[in-house]
Amino acid sequence: MAEAKIKTPLFHIAKRDPASMKWYTGVIVRAVAVVAALIVSGVLIMLLANINPLEVYSSMFDGVFGTERRIWNTLQDLAILLCISLAVTPAFKMRFWNCGAEGQVLIGGLATISVMFFLGDVLPYPVLILVMIVASIAAGVIWAVIPAIFKAIWNTNETLFTLMMNYVAIQIVAWFLKMFVKSGSGVLGAMPEYGLPVVGGKQFLLNIIIVAVLTAVSFIYLKYSKQGYEISVVGESENTAKYIGIGVKKVIIRTLIVSGAICGIAGLLIVGGTNHTISTTAVAGRGFTAIMVSWLAKFNPLTMVLTTFIVVFLDRGAQQISTAFGIPSSISDIITGIMLLFIIGCEFFLRYKIVFTKHAKEVA
Amino acid sequence: MANNIKLECRGITKTFGSVVANKDCDLDVREGEILAILGENGSGKTTLMNMVAGIYFPDAGQILIDGKEVSIASPKDAFKYKIGMIHQHFKLVNVFSAVENIALGTDENKRYKLSAVTKKVIEITQRYGFMIDPDKKVHDMSVSEKQTVEIIKVLYRGADILILDEPTAVLTPQETEKLFAVLRRMREDGKSIIIITHKMHEVLSISDRVAVLRKGEHVATVNTAETNEAELTEMMMGEKVDLNINRSEPQNTADRLIVKGVTSVNDEGRKVLDDITFTAKAGEILGIAGIAGSGQRELLESIAGLHKLSAGEITYVDPKTGNDENLRNKTPIQIRDLGVRLSFVPEDRLGMGLVGNMDIIDNMMLRSYKKGFAFVQRKGPKDLAERIIRDLHVATPSATTPVRQLSGGNVQKVLVGREIAAAPSVLMAAYPVRGLDVNASYTIYNLLNEQKERGVAVIFVGEDLDVLMDLCDRILVINSGKVTGIVDGRTAKKDELGMLMVKSTSIAENKTEGEN
Repeated sequence: MAEAKIKTPLFHIAKRDPASMKWYTGVIVRAVAVVAALIVSGVLIMLLANINPLEVYSSMFDGVFGTERRIWNTLQDLAILLCISLAVTPAFKMRFWNCGAEGQVLIGGLATISVMFFLGDVLPYPVLILVMIVASIAAGVIWAVIPAIFKAIWNTNETLFTLMMNYVAIQIVAWFLKMFVKSGSGVLGAMPEYGLPVVGGKQFLLNIIIVAVLTAVSFIYLKYSKQGYEISVVGESENTAKYIGIGVKKVIIRTLIVSGAICGIAGLLIVGGTNHTISTTAVAGRGFTAIMVSWLAKFNPLTMVLTTFIVVFLDRGAQQISTAFGIPSSISDIITGIMLLFIIGCEFFLRYKIVFTKHAKEVA
Repeated sequence: MANNIKLECRGITKTFGSVVANKDCDLDVREGEILAILGENGSGKTTLMNMVAGIYFPDAGQILIDGKEVSIASPKDAFKYKIGMIHQHFKLVNVFSAVENIALGTDENKRYKLSAVTKKVIEITQRYGFMIDPDKKVHDMSVSEKQTVEIIKVLYRGADILILDEPTAVLTPQETEKLFAVLRRMREDGKSIIIITHKMHEVLSISDRVAVLRKGEHVATVNTAETNEAELTEMMMGEKVDLNINRSEPQNTADRLIVKGVTSVNDEGRKVLDDITFTAKAGEILGIAGIAGSGQRELLESIAGLHKLSAGEITYVDPKTGNDENLRNKTPIQIRDLGVRLSFVPEDRLGMGLVGNMDIIDNMMLRSYKKGFAFVQRKGPKDLAERIIRDLHVATPSATTPVRQLSGGNVQKVLVGREIAAAPSVLMAAYPVRGLDVNASYTIYNLLNEQKERGVAVIFVGEDLDVLMDLCDRILVINSGKVTGIVDGRTAKKDELGMLMVKSTSIAENKTEGEN
């Protein structure tokens, strides 16, 4: 009989019941993911570059924590990425796909550098700093609120709109550099004398303190404020929001003002607190990385410290191994990619489990 | 008629996480018979059939077709074995015509001629007595027509075993009769038909045999002719239950909500509400009957301040002061600020009344979060959540469980509990028992009756005419956004209501004018 052979699928995928999931399941799944990532990238390192993977991993640690300077650099990178992640979080929690953090940060940075460039020797230093803060926040807010208004009133697609605003911001910066850099090189010299003050003799300490405060404030805002509650309701169900009388348009615009303002602050920290100059690539894609960081942390600002750290660790570690072993940066990028893939991919196994089909009867 | 066993399930088990949907289920369907699967919500009827239709794969057990064991891992496999399922939620492409929807997905590798498909579709419709225009676009169709397309789609693919999941939930009594006539003709043609339902009278009128499921287990299969409603209910519930609604005489009725000439136009310029006039009285339950989508939702949303009106007035009579407040085109917040105590249990519980991903406490907070300064107060909502869980016997692990994880009945208890806790003077409930099991339904009916006895004006939108006639003091029937009649709930007849539900609106106009 041709039909007698029965094809039974080997396994199928079933949803996990979050109520009955043990607390340690999450820890185990994530730990397995990290170990698997280390093994897979280890094999690849040996195959592609013929280097002992253990040396590579220890070199990554070295790159991140090896010297005091490296630790400060790590913390600085962490602060900036965390700041942008905090900025996109209210919008994403409201299910407003703000893909324009890149532009919002950059335009905040442009506002900062403009104040430094044009008013640096005009205003007294404390006033200058104040104007920088106001200008950067205002610029970020404007860049974020334009798509928000269009979304609220005409229901335009915010993803496209915010993406397009990125290119506008980049081109304005390019124009600024072309117009005002006298040398014609297109590279603006750093102006540390007009930058944010240095606290405690450590260049990045102020940035880190500001972001730490922002993290705490964001956490409280999202979890305990009425506005934070409104953001959650609008994000989960616009119909419910209308049903209980939340002004959805108002919440959208207000939330993007918050989101844009934090982006503006990130621009201020990058330009005024770190680089003291600007280029079209000053944000370096962190506006997009921040989206991933924010999602990975499930929009919880405290968890975000950890997810930001993972991303920063991989990034700095990859830079270190490509210089230490003289391997092409593409290989270190591959390693970063594999690690992230496993870390993000394991979320699937936290929501679903694989059930192997039990063979109740023996094959005849 | 041949009585060979067509489809047999042996020891089917399926679990989702810790929830056992089906446990060791046995079932057989004969050729040329209509088998009803009866059971409460959550008893595993749909899950069991989904395994036969290839949507899920059983954890254990076997499925046999014509005595041979088969493995159905996908809907495609199911079609191979001539099994077709008509789901509760239709799966049709709106901008396609009936024929295009039917042709979709068949013979994927070949080109097909639509004219040939049309010819075959017409053949099927004539054979079984369907009424359908093959070129009509799905978005122009009524729910009953869409269902017809789904059934033809399955027949077109040559199904011999048809599974219908709650097919009458969306139909009027007249449409239900038509569907049953078609099903009987199919049976005579030798098809095996499985109909999933929890409506007892339908089971008794259409099926040859009834399989009863309870908590995922197969209780028994009996011949319909040899059983009765009481016996089936007992099998379904596992105990004798008293299914009576205590309808008290309305006390101290007073006009509470006066709706006059309410008209509303939707985005496409169609009148969804057309000159609706009625009065809801304190201390009575006003039922609203009508085919799904006749304007019930828009009407309640207009009263709640969620829907813009183009004409008409909604007047609320304050029970304390006797003052009239006009609610037309006010937002929900403005209505609340006027001191109008209006509670609304919307049709879409998780999409409108509650937030699925939030826990019970945060859902309680929806009504109260505005209180106080800048920060939300979780103390009050927490107490309320705990009170509702206790008083209404909500089955939940804790007050911090997201409501999405609760069963339909418990979700509804949370929502109704919150709305009643606001001590309303008007309580509107749209399809409050949809998807609820018998026990939970009666809990809700009792809550509504309790509110009525407290002098609340209750407006109840229902779909089960038997319930409307048992529960409501007056029943307002609407059709295509117009009132086609207001009848006394105690003397109403089912066919009278059915007629009013489908009455053409030109006659309706004369009728309502005559009543005024």
